[in-house]
Amino acid sequence: MDIRTTGGPPTTEEVAAIDGFLGAPESLWEGGARVEQDDHLAYGGRAARSRRHLLLPVLHAVQDRAGWVSRGALEYACRRLSIPPADAYGVASFYARFALEERPPLAVHVCDDIACKCAGADALCDALEKGFGPAGAPDAAGSAAWYRSPCLGLCDRAPAALIERAGKHHAEARVAPATYESLSAILGGEWPDSETSMHLPPRKESRLLRRIGVADPESIESYLQAAGYTALRRAIELGPESVIREVTDAKLLGRGGAAFPTGRKWDAVAKAPARPHYMVCNADESEPGTFKDRVLMESDPFAVVEGMTIAALATGCEQGYLYVRTEYPLARERIENAIEQARAKAFLGADVAGSGMAFDIEVRRGAGAYICGEETALFNSIEGKRGEPRNKPPFPVAVGLFGKPTLVNNVETLANVLEILKHGSGEFATVGTPESAGTRLFCVSGHVRSPGLYEVPMGTPLRELMQLAGGLREGRTLRAVLLGGAAGSFVTESQLDVPLSFEGTHAIGATLGSGAVIVFDDTADLEQVLLRIARFFRDESCGQCVPCRVGTVRQEEALKRILSERNQSLREMDIALLSDIARVMRDASICGLGQTAASAIGSALIQLKIAGVN
Amino acid sequence: MASGVFVGLPRRMVTVNIDGEDVQVTEGTTLLEACRGINIDTPTLCQLENLTPVNVCRVCVVEVEGSRVLVPACSRKVEAGMKVHTDSDRVRHSRRMVLEMLASSVDMSLCGPQVQGWMSQYGAEPQRFGSGAATVAQPVKIDNDLYVRDYSRCILCYKCVEACGVDAQNTFAIGVAGRGFDAHISTEFTVELPESACVYCGNCIGVCPTGALMFKSEYDMRQAGTWDESQQRVTETVCPYCGVGCMLELHVQDNSIVKVTSPLDHSVTAGHLCVKGRFGFQFVQRRGPSR
Amino acid sequence: MFGAGGGTSSYREVEQTDLVILWGSNARETHPIFFHHLLRGVRSGAKLIAVDPRRTGSAEWADVWLGLDVGSDISLANAMARVIIHEGLADTGFIARATTGYDEFARCVEAYSLERAERETGVPAAAIRDVALAFGRAETGMICWTLGITEHHNATDNVLALINLALLTGKVGRFACGLNPLRGQNNVQGGGDMGAIPARFPGFQDLEEPAIHAKFTSAWGGAKVPSKKGYHLSEMFESMDLDELKALYIIGENPARSEADQTRAVRLLSGLDHLVVQDIFLTQTAELAHVVLPAAAGWAESEGTVTNSERRVQRVRRALDPPPGARDDIELICEIATRLGTDWGHPTAEEVWDECRSLSPMHAGMSYARLDELGGIQWPCPDESHPGTEFLHARLWKDPIDGPAAPFHAVEHDPPVDLLTDEFPIRLTTGRRLDSFNTGVQTGGYTSPLRKREALLISPADGARLGITDGERVLASSRRGSVEVPVRFDATLRPGLAFMTLHFPDQVATNVLTIDATDPKSGTAEFKASAIRIDKLVAVPAK
Repeated sequence: MDIRTTGGPPTTEEVAAIDGFLGAPESLWEGGARVEQDDHLAYGGRAARSRRHLLLPVLHAVQDRAGWVSRGALEYACRRLSIPPADAYGVASFYARFALEERPPLAVHVCDDIACKCAGADALCDALEKGFGPAGAPDAAGSAAWYRSPCLGLCDRAPAALIERAGKHHAEARVAPATYESLSAILGGEWPDSETSMHLPPRKESRLLRRIGVADPESIESYLQAAGYTALRRAIELGPESVIREVTDAKLLGRGGAAFPTGRKWDAVAKAPARPHYMVCNADESEPGTFKDRVLMESDPFAVVEGMTIAALATGCEQGYLYVRTEYPLARERIENAIEQARAKAFLGADVAGSGMAFDIEVRRGAGAYICGEETALFNSIEGKRGEPRNKPPFPVAVGLFGKPTLVNNVETLANVLEILKHGSGEFATVGTPESAGTRLFCVSGHVRSPGLYEVPMGTPLRELMQLAGGLREGRTLRAVLLGGAAGSFVTESQLDVPLSFEGTHAIGATLGSGAVIVFDDTADLEQVLLRIARFFRDESCGQCVPCRVGTVRQEEALKRILSERNQSLREMDIALLSDIARVMRDASICGLGQTAASAIGSALIQLKIAGVN
Repeated sequence: MASGVFVGLPRRMVTVNIDGEDVQVTEGTTLLEACRGINIDTPTLCQLENLTPVNVCRVCVVEVEGSRVLVPACSRKVEAGMKVHTDSDRVRHSRRMVLEMLASSVDMSLCGPQVQGWMSQYGAEPQRFGSGAATVAQPVKIDNDLYVRDYSRCILCYKCVEACGVDAQNTFAIGVAGRGFDAHISTEFTVELPESACVYCGNCIGVCPTGALMFKSEYDMRQAGTWDESQQRVTETVCPYCGVGCMLELHVQDNSIVKVTSPLDHSVTAGHLCVKGRFGFQFVQRRGPSR
Repeated sequence: MFGAGGGTSSYREVEQTDLVILWGSNARETHPIFFHHLLRGVRSGAKLIAVDPRRTGSAEWADVWLGLDVGSDISLANAMARVIIHEGLADTGFIARATTGYDEFARCVEAYSLERAERETGVPAAAIRDVALAFGRAETGMICWTLGITEHHNATDNVLALINLALLTGKVGRFACGLNPLRGQNNVQGGGDMGAIPARFPGFQDLEEPAIHAKFTSAWGGAKVPSKKGYHLSEMFESMDLDELKALYIIGENPARSEADQTRAVRLLSGLDHLVVQDIFLTQTAELAHVVLPAAAGWAESEGTVTNSERRVQRVRRALDPPPGARDDIELICEIATRLGTDWGHPTAEEVWDECRSLSPMHAGMSYARLDELGGIQWPCPDESHPGTEFLHARLWKDPIDGPAAPFHAVEHDPPVDLLTDEFPIRLTTGRRLDSFNTGVQTGGYTSPLRKREALLISPADGARLGITDGERVLASSRRGSVEVPVRFDATLRPGLAFMTLHFPDQVATNVLTIDATDPKSGTAEFKASAIRIDKLVAVPAK
């Protein structure tokens, strides 16, 4: 590709970061110095362009090392990967994590999303603003800056902050709960202590969480002792067709949010004629209020790897990707460790556990984009592109990653697969409801005594789940519960007996979604929560389709007016407008983000009678 | 000298029902083509026959029975037995809203009469969003002598990016940068065109539906108030430069070429030109003493 | 090729082929819209191989770039042929049925071992072998070239070497296969079609064939038409040099700037007894003329047709009124005829074309109405029901073939005439840029943001060796003359290779340096290979 670069050379540091990841360039044509062969020979073309999928990892390498991505660095990356700079700039500027202007090496990302808001994030941000200047601005010394962040998936320990320090020894840490004192020490240059182990909520019926606190998440030996890899062995014995039949018979529905029958998906990929097939584990858990996949990856990473392996062998995939959001450094580290150990024990590689089948996994790190949890946006992100969702059909089972048949499963879904194979589909379905088999992980946060991750059988009433989480604080009354995160909907006191199953929530016009359950008592400022949700969608819309790009902005504008407008008739006009916006977003957006971006706000206005809506 | 002509494989015919009428079309046809084939006017903004459909504007959406959401006619292929509604309340609502949302955020005054027609047909009232509605208004970018970029007219249809990229020129001087409402067409690090990879083929201008990208000659004439399409004549001829044989459409006003385009359906160009064909015409209208 | 000069394929085919060798062509810059078609092919999976001394923008798209030394094309092609034969990839059935001269050809290429080719071309033997295998194995494949092949003293042999490769592998006469010279001007092909070449009537009909000659003389009312082929361009200059050719009528050419060895060209043009120049500009050549006939611009101020590189005859139309005094070419020619005592009347372009159609069978079916309707028609088009011809030589795939067999031609490597020596150690090659055209007469009319001042592009390593800084003005000299020119470092050039364009003769008279060693068959000069030296303009003061 004839690439034009005019931005000047990269710094030594930037070159070191990129070459550290890619290896040194082999020729002048790839950005190196002229070697003898370059006089008369060059390879390029398709082989060179096929490296494009390494763009995000390379940008991460630069960002981690230099703290930002300069023009020189971007252009050097482009040379190395044969990507036009304007194209790569479009990609880099899509992801919130990549800074394209110079900034201090120390960054403190403070979550001000829904659950953290309930835990005082706004006050924390106000204090930081007073102490260290506005969000995004370098502090007085120019060595650090703090930023507002969407949900970091630490809602059980809100308010939360994620710290990153760029440099040769790049480091990340999390602070939760964060206080002004702890964050100001960090902004002042102190590095936080290594994280304390997560607290374990009481467990009623434990399937998916059974190894947590029992097996060492960093040791495959420990995992094997805890009956790890028995599911894979069983799967190899059964063979692909029987595995798919088991999963189908278990009536497992996807736990990512869309609740698609897992067995059907596997079957479609297995039968897809085009080759190769890819397996993708969607670990880009970014729905505000959701942290179940993080807990599974941090505490039981081998199970995720084993689940991916079973899925891959059943559907004929030799290459897998686990796409994890960048805000989950510990999960990434543990999964990478698990993959390495699994490889060493031949649970991954050319001959998986003596099956004669090959499978391996690569971890890919998101870069700050909620939309990449949408499966086709996730494919684009792995391919080194902007995380813009694709129009469907074609569906991923036919045309997915790199245009090939692709199986995408959520982390929790894969954890369930192990249960099905270990105990059989019949045993699996003994728990839950006829339509929604098995257990479900719920991320309970907000105004309850014991926020945390709870595993309950499908169909458990919401009221019971809340009681498990310790109920409301003394003397408080319930205002609302947000089920399913920002893309979900609000339910009220009168609906607390709703059974938490796909069909149960559907019946009241709600959704289980990602399993987020955010509880608001009477101290909550729901108007602020709604504005945060509106801002969230405005910030996270990819911008591709008109209904969502403009709709999320118009929705926020209208909501602001509704909440401040005193004139009833003007307010009613805006409420009607909001409903018109919601309708086009739901009907005509390309993907689920736009289609659900109005649901929480709409449900709040109706359920909670905010702004006098009836 | 004998001849050879390659004949493609035959394609199956499928029947779809559009607004109650059974229509026979070739497999692989889009719903848009099927609709236009039976003269159902379907608005489009991001679609163009010489570009891959990106289905982002969503103004062409139709209702397909069995589909939870509306589907973009421009990219959705017909399937046997499909039942399609092109004028349902849902369809009309979405089309109206898309037009309304765009017109409330973008200066669409230079869009052709067809777009203005859809605006009134679907009852778009962009002012409903209030005077405080965010827009993409910004200063015009004039950084070279050949064409200007006025992104306050940009509806982000992606056409210019496609023409600059894989669909034609493969130069990739521009891309979509940023995200959400801040998404915009940009060179790398927003450098000016002369510092970018731009090769001034002008294929982006050729596909721009809103006048956001414009010949400098047209821009200057509009500024001076002398641009008058009613006084322009379009003549097809062949580019005077290399031997590829690109078909040009010379737009002539007062015996001067004011703009050059190429027919989208011509087998040589598919509507695309290079810098010489697009802008290299000045030499015939230097009427003074020359050499 | 094999009779009629024209690319054998259509642009559409390059979109569907399996492999393209772009040989001596920077189509990315010189034929940008053809390159669009080529990239569509690349995007659909075609392998692209670029053969060029420079790693051009086109070559950057290639899967493999073979950066051969200037003028070593035959060595490369012959070595590839040898690999193809040795690996059993030759299409023996096709060769036996449809070609002649194979045995002699095979004997000839046998001498071109990979080691020899590496020595003569500079390209690593293994890479030559890989490319040969890829071409030999591809189900379909095309070779496209431009002036990198033809601006050499042995241009015709270069072309024949490429034709040999296609014949050897049966890659001509089938869909998505073929041999395609990309034409440099909008009507180079059409000029040839219309007989503006020394030995042919319109439609490539042989001037020296008595029956054909009779057909034309009779159609033209017994006019005295020469029955022997005339001179090509280089022969005209040779004849001027011998003081035999004394009068010249030039239409739309600027040889005072476009000819190699410019000093000589200007001298010879100036020495003519009578020079008539018909042009839309007062070019440097026109300034030397005794009579200048101001012409209307063919593409925008008059009616007619041109033919493109896929043999497509297309209409040009009048969009503008020409400036006062400028007249249509047909009108000017008819006026001259009148002055010479023959009244040709005042035919329209269409009437002239219809006469052509009546005499040239390959154009017979191309009425103006059909050209309009079909967006141009590819020759041959023998009658008005014929759709035109997408690719040539399908006849070679009939069994038995239809018409004469296609001949192999054994051709030998013959390095550039202008030898590299210690005195002139640097190989200067010339070429074009995207935004400019030939001597810049037309493209000088618009302001291109891409345009830079003419410079001598050299490798930074050569700059360092010569103690020259980027941008410094130097004296570049060949055995024919010297020019002052600023240097620009270009990291894509290897040491020992320099590059200039011909676009800005007023800034730098590049053709003072080039050599007029010409190909005896085609008459093109070896613009691509001069030997030069580079000297600093001022002595470096001693420190």
